[in-house]
Amino acid sequence: MDLTRLEINRRNVLLTSAAIATNVVNPMRAFAQEAPRKGGVFNVHYGAEQRQLNPSIQASTGVYIIGGKIQENLVDLDANGQPVGVLAESWEASPDGKTVIFKLRKGITWHDGKPFTSADVEFTAMNMWKKILNYGSTLQLFLTAVETPDAQTAIFKYERPMPLNLLLRALPDLGYISAKHLYGSGDIRQNPTNLAPVGTGPFKFVKYERGQYVIADRNENYWRPNAPYLDRIVWRVITDRSAAAAQMEAGELHYSPFSGLTLSDLARLSKDKRFIVSTKGNEGNARTNTLEFNFRRKELSDIRVRRAIAHAINVPFFIENFLGDFAKLGTGPIPSTSTDFYPGPNTPQYPYDKAKAVALLNEAGFKPGTGGTRFTLKLLPAPWGEDISLWSTFIQQSLGEVGIPIEIVRNDGGGFLKQVYDEHAFDLATGWHQYRNDPAVSTTVWYRSGQPKGAPWTNQWGWQDPNVDKTIDDAATEVDPAKRKALYAQFVKEVNTELPVWMPIEQIFVTTITAKARNHSNTPRWGSTSWHDLWLSA
Amino acid sequence: MRILGLAGRRLAASIPTLILILIGVFLLLQFAPGDTVDAMMAQMGGGDAATAKELRKFYGLDLSIPAQLGNYLWRLVRLDLGFSSIYGKPVATVILERLPPTILLMTASLSFAFFFGLVFGVIAARGVNRWPDTLISTLGLIFYATPSFWFGLMAIVVFSVYLQWLPPGGFEDIGTVRTGIWRVFDIASHLVLPTLTLGLIFLAIYLRIMRASILEVLNLDYVRTARAKGLDETRVVTRHVLRNALLPMVTLIGLQAGTMLGGSVVVESVFSLPGLGRLAYESVVQRDLNTLLGIVFVSALLVITVNFIVDLIYARLDPRITAEG
Repeated sequence: MDLTRLEINRRNVLLTSAAIATNVVNPMRAFAQEAPRKGGVFNVHYGAEQRQLNPSIQASTGVYIIGGKIQENLVDLDANGQPVGVLAESWEASPDGKTVIFKLRKGITWHDGKPFTSADVEFTAMNMWKKILNYGSTLQLFLTAVETPDAQTAIFKYERPMPLNLLLRALPDLGYISAKHLYGSGDIRQNPTNLAPVGTGPFKFVKYERGQYVIADRNENYWRPNAPYLDRIVWRVITDRSAAAAQMEAGELHYSPFSGLTLSDLARLSKDKRFIVSTKGNEGNARTNTLEFNFRRKELSDIRVRRAIAHAINVPFFIENFLGDFAKLGTGPIPSTSTDFYPGPNTPQYPYDKAKAVALLNEAGFKPGTGGTRFTLKLLPAPWGEDISLWSTFIQQSLGEVGIPIEIVRNDGGGFLKQVYDEHAFDLATGWHQYRNDPAVSTTVWYRSGQPKGAPWTNQWGWQDPNVDKTIDDAATEVDPAKRKALYAQFVKEVNTELPVWMPIEQIFVTTITAKARNHSNTPRWGSTSWHDLWLSA
Repeated sequence: MRILGLAGRRLAASIPTLILILIGVFLLLQFAPGDTVDAMMAQMGGGDAATAKELRKFYGLDLSIPAQLGNYLWRLVRLDLGFSSIYGKPVATVILERLPPTILLMTASLSFAFFFGLVFGVIAARGVNRWPDTLISTLGLIFYATPSFWFGLMAIVVFSVYLQWLPPGGFEDIGTVRTGIWRVFDIASHLVLPTLTLGLIFLAIYLRIMRASILEVLNLDYVRTARAKGLDETRVVTRHVLRNALLPMVTLIGLQAGTMLGGSVVVESVFSLPGLGRLAYESVVQRDLNTLLGIVFVSALLVITVNFIVDLIYARLDPRITAEG
């Protein structure tokens, strides 16, 4: 082989890499022929350590990202966002909605060898979901008992009708099962199993070194045939986002879930063909950016002022210049990813119109005083993400232009929740509303009156509307899916009219994953699922 | 015996300071809005009021503030640092786990900064206002002015991403189990970049101090005497000047032992090291009062110890200063 040949070869190599790059854009087509490969270690970025790892008692992505590989739920969502059985094989609801029967899969064992039965389901539902699990306790408020006529049947009894589609959309997050024989006695919160979880999932817990890493190994006795493919998963605790990006590039990490990297690193790595940067696989973890109004301020209790504020902010400009492809214009509390409930964009909206904002403010009687100031407001941004910080500065500048100077008061997580939802020491607040596949799980609490003081992410605005309350209550117990959808459409219309909270931006978490990963991001809550079919190409 | 007496007196003098610091931190954290349950709710992504109430009882937050402080101090008297709410383990255990990486990193970077600060300081002073001095002083200024997180990230990009010589983070390799000397090498290779990052900033200070101090001592009469009796310049510097010029350096090391614990929050985060700095940061964000107070307690002890050792070294370097003084 002479040197000229070598040159040509180099060109071939370049062409091949171009072909690989095209394949990245269209992964399914390219990988269809590839045979799944067993083995390999999958390294995951773990940004925020939690206090424990059991998803039956804590509903958060920080727990699912680990616990969701070790423990399993009754049902999960399939590629189309429809409920699919995991530990449950089938289910059925009585016509009055007060009884739901789950048939459980046979022959499943816990990692310690004990059989999985309906007694575990009964124990978890009554003692964890109903009593400890955040959002679970609200969802299962009217659960009176779980009957277990045999080891494969669990009958959920409700005092009030439980819509089956609500339960099935809530259970992927709020339906993880724990072993009764390990939690049966003593305080569940203090049980050491919470930090060394035992489940039925494809990976067995090995070791947790706080501040450093968590390791789980392949479960040889997993119930799905030929699964899992990976030998081991290692979660590395890396709190610095830029350092995590560098570790991705150094090949030490394969996957950074849930927008774990900075916006600039995401943009940079998305151009690198070794990685796939995408919102795919996170549709079930949609969130909206909020602007929360405190009605205790007399200016904000005037609907014209709230609408003027919304009209004064150029949301499409903000999205285009600061968030890029990872966000889109929101139309209310139910995001467009929620195909079962999204009412469409034809609800009251507040497009950017500065003249209208000024007119509304004048009409409300807040004329500009000295220096053009109408009144000043205090804005509390939540510390959850860069986008909130940028958004709050954008709000400050936009409202400054219509004569409302904003003072931004920054807090850390605990401080933000305390000041906004307990002490009500804010005029405006902004953060995220997490949508959990059904509006009844964590969305309607933002609007329903009568929320106890101090409950985070609930209606603490000093606002209530009997019509909205009624719509929310009717929808929560409506068994007919079509009627439920209509009720939620009405709900969005009502709250977009009254505007106690404005939700103008829709976002989905961004995944950064190695281009070697196969069968990834194939369900709407992929980062939280068990990864039984995930494999790494050589 | 005299040393023991000195140690005893030092310790006795430190105890009131320690108690004041602990009460101060306790009260300061009470002023921060939100408690550990709020922080936990923030982390969980929500929860209902009943859960929150039950959790407050679980963590002992339903008591009044004086009662909580009283409980804490009473436990401390019995050498019980309490229970960590983030870790669900006794605070003493949590801190003990985190202490080795911090102490390793701290001693490594302090020694690095001290040694090279000394060497470069001497070189700069001997070539004062000529090119070695200008070069060293400029570099020192650059190191000092560079933020450590940036320095750390760039070190990762260069040495781990491009050159792939050193691991980008972590305390040791998780993939393979190593024992004995191989484990030592493995940990050492993980600590090279963090040590350099933390050390370079301090290096700049040390070399400036060393340079200034040598220049000052070089003008003293006894140095002239030494030169007059015909000693060559190297002997003058090593045997006569260095010893006296070292005193400010030793003072500095005592002062900086405390700063290093704080300064390592950034370096520990960038290099994902499980050290005390990160633990302290986490306990503030999570409002884990017991852990934070425990860290303050241990750090204070560490600083007191280091300063005690510094006092002993003083006496050794300069016989005019006795341990009695």
